[in-house]
Amino acid sequence: MDKIKIENLNLYYNDFQALKNINMSIQQNKITAFIGPSGCGKSTLLKTLNRMNDLVEGCRITGKVLLDNEDIYGNIDVNMLRKRVGMVFQKPNPFPMSIYDNVAYGPRSHGIRSKRKLDEIVERSLRLGAIWDEVKDNLNKNALQLSGGQQQRICIARALAVNPEVLLMDEPTSALDPISTLKIEEVIQTLKKDYTIVIVTHNMQQATRVSDKTAFFLLGELIEYEDTEILFSTPKDQRTEDYITGRFG
Amino acid sequence: MRSRFDKELDLLNNELIEMASLVEKSIENVTQALIHKDVELAKEVIEADKEIDNMENNIEARCLRLILQQHPVARDLRLISSILKMITDLERIGDQAQDIGEILLTLSKQNFKRDLIYLPKMAEATIKMVKESIDAFVNSDIELANQVIEYDDVVDNLFVTIKDELITLIREDVDFGEQSIDLLMIAKYFERIGDHAQNIAEWVVFSITGEHAGERKIQD
Repeated sequence: MDKIKIENLNLYYNDFQALKNINMSIQQNKITAFIGPSGCGKSTLLKTLNRMNDLVEGCRITGKVLLDNEDIYGNIDVNMLRKRVGMVFQKPNPFPMSIYDNVAYGPRSHGIRSKRKLDEIVERSLRLGAIWDEVKDNLNKNALQLSGGQQQRICIARALAVNPEVLLMDEPTSALDPISTLKIEEVIQTLKKDYTIVIVTHNMQQATRVSDKTAFFLLGELIEYEDTEILFSTPKDQRTEDYITGRFG
Repeated sequence: MRSRFDKELDLLNNELIEMASLVEKSIENVTQALIHKDVELAKEVIEADKEIDNMENNIEARCLRLILQQHPVARDLRLISSILKMITDLERIGDQAQDIGEILLTLSKQNFKRDLIYLPKMAEATIKMVKESIDAFVNSDIELANQVIEYDDVVDNLFVTIKDELITLIREDVDFGEQSIDLLMIAKYFERIGDHAQNIAEWVVFSITGEHAGERKIQD
């Protein structure tokens, strides 16, 4: 089932066209990877999915992005959109506050005040982020004192605390060591059964390990979009093959 | 952009071609040893199998190193995985030539009760299949690979012809039994060589298209 449908999407930063006529569907409860050389538009496309590009001056789009068949660029509450479509960034960015307050921040901002309820949400989210056991006895510790891999899992827990439907991840492990990377990949794979995940990655081995479908972008265009195993074994487009075999890019 | 990797792939290709040349030579030599009852040549073929085995080990090690270091995908992964499979078939062909050589050590001391007609034809057909399957690989020639795959029927038919003829000859002369069993075994080894050459051609098709052409022959 299609969770997100992108129809005839064009995106411009002032006069520069960063995305050209994108048409694709993101399937529910699947992990979709966006790959491509630097500047190809993959992070730009990711950010259109929860309107983070609204924050960029001079950015405008034409076309549609449908979340459960509703156009997110139509008449909708953008804050609610960003609750439903959460985001995790490349550089872990926990707030300068305790682990507990990081995760509780979103639910509190949506009006949840009950301590019991917040405790439940914090524990559930930290468990989903596979970090509960490491921090459960130190929830008042400042999140900035954690390691990079732990901080990123706190950020994932923070995104999950508001019960999103979709999780966008922009190179979530590129700043992390190999062990943290593998832990987070395991987290991503367990989350798939309850969430729809879109991940931008430069790491092609990661894309093959983690994703169900992969989309290859080049110069703002979607070149090929296929089951990951097929795209990485028998790509149809020569540009895809040249990129994934490292012959360019 | 991946010049070191590309050089390694070129080396791999060259080693595969070299291994195939050794295997072709073994089939040619054992055929000559059969026709001319040349025991010394048969011994050379037996001895030469060690070099073929060594080449298989070396190429396999190179393939595994490339998989470890270079994380190949798409055409590179198909190429390396196909080579890993092809060297197994080439090594088995070498073994079959060696097995024929060992039979010849005793068979060559006997007079052939009939002129050999079909066995040299089988040998010629299998040499053609091995050579053309490697040519297809070097030139990425799907059409040639498919021709090799089809051509195995020729080898199989020759085996049936030889078998039928040997049965007739045993009926005519029961003393022919022991020699005919040796000749049947040699024919069977050539038939297996044809099967392995067909496998190689199928892996050539896979390396180009990502699809297997036809069923795999049963492994020894």
